[in-house]
Amino acid sequence: MSIKEDHSRFRDIVKGKIKENFKKYVSQGEMIGKREEEFVKIPLPQIDIPNFRYGAKQQGGVGQGEGQQGQDVGEPGSGQGEAGNNPGEHLLEVELSVDELAEILGEKLQLPRIEPKGNKNIETVKTKYSGLAPVGPEGLRQFKTTYKHALKRLISTGSYNPEDPKIIPIRRDHRYRTFKKIVQPQTKAVVIYMMDVSGSMGDEQKEIVRLESFWINTWLKKHYKGLETRFIIHDAAAKEVDENTFFRTSESGGTLISSAYKLCQQIIETDYPINEWNIYPFHFSDGDNWSGEDTRLCIKMLKDFFIPNTNMFCYGQVESKYGSGQFLKDLQKEFPNQEQIVLSQIENRDRILDSIKDFLGKGK
Amino acid sequence: MANLTPELERERLRICKAAKDVGLDFFETIFEIITYDQINQFAAYGGFPVRYPHWKFGMEYEHLSKSYEYGLSKIYEMVINTDPCYAYLMEGNMMMDQKLVMAHVYGHCDFFKNNVWFGKTNRKMMDQMANHATRIRRYMDRYGYDVVEDFIDTCLSLENLIDRYAPYYEKPSVIAKKENQEEERADKGLLKVHRPYMRDFINPPEFIEEQRRKQQEQMLAKRSRFPQQPEKDVLNFLVHYAPLEDWQQDVLSIIRDEAYYFSPQGMTKTMNEGWASYWHSKIMTEKILNDSEIIDFADHHSGTMAMAPNGYNPYKVGIELFRDIEDRWNKGQFGREWEECDDVRERKNWDKKTHLGKEKIFEIRKFYNDVTFIDEFLTEDFCLKNKLFVYKFNKRTGKFEVDTRDFRAIKAKLLFHMTNFGQPIIRIEDANFENRGELLLTHLHEGIDLQPDFMNETLKNVQKLWSRPVNLVTAMENEGYLYRYDGKELQAHKISSLPQPQNTTK
Repeated sequence: MSIKEDHSRFRDIVKGKIKENFKKYVSQGEMIGKREEEFVKIPLPQIDIPNFRYGAKQQGGVGQGEGQQGQDVGEPGSGQGEAGNNPGEHLLEVELSVDELAEILGEKLQLPRIEPKGNKNIETVKTKYSGLAPVGPEGLRQFKTTYKHALKRLISTGSYNPEDPKIIPIRRDHRYRTFKKIVQPQTKAVVIYMMDVSGSMGDEQKEIVRLESFWINTWLKKHYKGLETRFIIHDAAAKEVDENTFFRTSESGGTLISSAYKLCQQIIETDYPINEWNIYPFHFSDGDNWSGEDTRLCIKMLKDFFIPNTNMFCYGQVESKYGSGQFLKDLQKEFPNQEQIVLSQIENRDRILDSIKDFLGKGK
Repeated sequence: MANLTPELERERLRICKAAKDVGLDFFETIFEIITYDQINQFAAYGGFPVRYPHWKFGMEYEHLSKSYEYGLSKIYEMVINTDPCYAYLMEGNMMMDQKLVMAHVYGHCDFFKNNVWFGKTNRKMMDQMANHATRIRRYMDRYGYDVVEDFIDTCLSLENLIDRYAPYYEKPSVIAKKENQEEERADKGLLKVHRPYMRDFINPPEFIEEQRRKQQEQMLAKRSRFPQQPEKDVLNFLVHYAPLEDWQQDVLSIIRDEAYYFSPQGMTKTMNEGWASYWHSKIMTEKILNDSEIIDFADHHSGTMAMAPNGYNPYKVGIELFRDIEDRWNKGQFGREWEECDDVRERKNWDKKTHLGKEKIFEIRKFYNDVTFIDEFLTEDFCLKNKLFVYKFNKRTGKFEVDTRDFRAIKAKLLFHMTNFGQPIIRIEDANFENRGELLLTHLHEGIDLQPDFMNETLKNVQKLWSRPVNLVTAMENEGYLYRYDGKELQAHKISSLPQPQNTTK
């Protein structure tokens, strides 16, 4: 049947459309609001075949029920009853798995596959039930096969009577499930987001960070099963928060970037043994720091701890009216050719894609 | 082919017999049990197992499967208008549901066979669709998948530009043929003369001369226009006159044929569903149901008939109208005497025991379509009883609100939605506009604007086929506009006078 063909053709077109307008989707973040566990809903306004039709708003219609003039009846078409007489009135929403989305992102930005850090020797052992054996614990006895063997035995001995089908398995008929141990190489990864929430970071800046972190997560999830994320906010002091708080908090104090780096180092040291984990710290700020003293401290920490122990350290500077943007310059001066320190400047929403490419284009 | 279980087959025979007993008359109907995935697939293909390859079917399929998986909707029944009729039951439905669906399907089959608006449809459409599919696949093999698919997209965008009534009347073919000179001359526009001696008085020579001149002018004017009369069957016109390659012409005519096949179903949606619902309810409750099934039946039936305040349900309006008509004709509530009676009590107790109800509804199912059905049988009492109202969009609140319960407004709104299947009427006015070979389309504006973004895109698609620039005259927010697309840019020119819908002589 050819519906599969037409269906996959449709999916291809959808993906093509998304790729075409990728920049818009990335910068507007329409899809993030509709995120579910594994799927992302994406509104696609243009995929319908256009035809001459009436505009919906002027049209109105006939309904049934109680109500005075002026009573709200709700959006037409949302009620139950008839479906499909007005094709295309609904904004088409397609579901895309996060995996597919990552694929599109990868193709669009031509991102290289990530090479996990050289710790392929980390392995986990899993058990998988795969076969049957004549001996084993009673708890693993498989009734169906046991029964079949009993039936076979009765028929071959001629003592099976279809009129009075009684089948009693004996010890010889018993079959038990057996398991194998499977050794799998393991790749674990953690992303630690740090963000400056001091007064100079406005809502727009945080939105940019939110959009970027979504795409970074999407891409990393494709490569690491069971990606963990941690969130740190900081002004003059740092604290760990959950995702929701991360994007909603606004403080007004000064900025000490080193406080966040210290907390980050602490989290890594306690929870993520560096030889087992791929570690991705991301730091976003508007580039303001309290003092040159603190900046020097940060640089020292980067050199001593982050460069040797993480896959890469990413710093994204979001432009804001209030920020001086000095921190980025300092880092650029300090690490001109350091591969493991990735720096990116994000002037506005339209630059998000380029910045993602900066971060993930290294394949680390 | 039928794969019914013995139990279902037994019920089918019972229901079939019950349907025949009440007077339904249908082609042989073949039921098949299929899985939900298959039913979604068939539904995506408009009921047919084989269609030409196109992503829109895939889109429909995705939509249906998703709604089913999320429990938002479920297709119980599907029936195809062919001879024999094919109908599908969904595997795993309750026995009662299957019975109800079978009774419902027999109602549809009776309607397909007997309603005049279905009289012109191809009853072997199953084969026809398969042939179309083969032809299009062949073109895809020869000219490339993307090329053909892209062209189909363009054609589908114009799919609704057909003349829905064209199959039902003899029409001068759109293909220009040599006019019959003799016939033209027969009527010279002279006045009728009964007494020969009055002839020169009634038609003096100068009058004859003037008429002759007038006619010649008209003829010249007519001849310089092409098409001579505005053409509603835009697809047909393009098939014949757009500069298309052979395969493109064929694809376009395939799209047109299929659009015409589905057209009567759109024209009779309310009647067809109403008719089938009327009969499933009658057959089930009177003959088929057993005691244990009655609650489930009531539940299912009322679910299908539910009408939300913001949506028109053809099942509901259809079944209620048929019942109302039957009741009125049984009691003799029609004709002049009834219309002129305005004594409320007398009207309420009006019963002349005419018992014409059944005869009347069978007559209606034969000769009417939705437009004539609503026009003739929707009454003020009916609207009141069923609490119908008109809603409209309130710009101030940004919501759809109840507008009025006025009978005339309800009827006008319903008829408006049904005329031309709720689609704007667009005609080809001139195929040599401004003497530059441009196409001029007019939208007969009836108070509702076209949706602008869709209009622009569709206009571009018309241009793709016509290849010369195309123009569309319509109105936006009470201003007349001429939109012109020349292949590069879309321009909007304000125009002072809207072309009025002119009456065409057939």
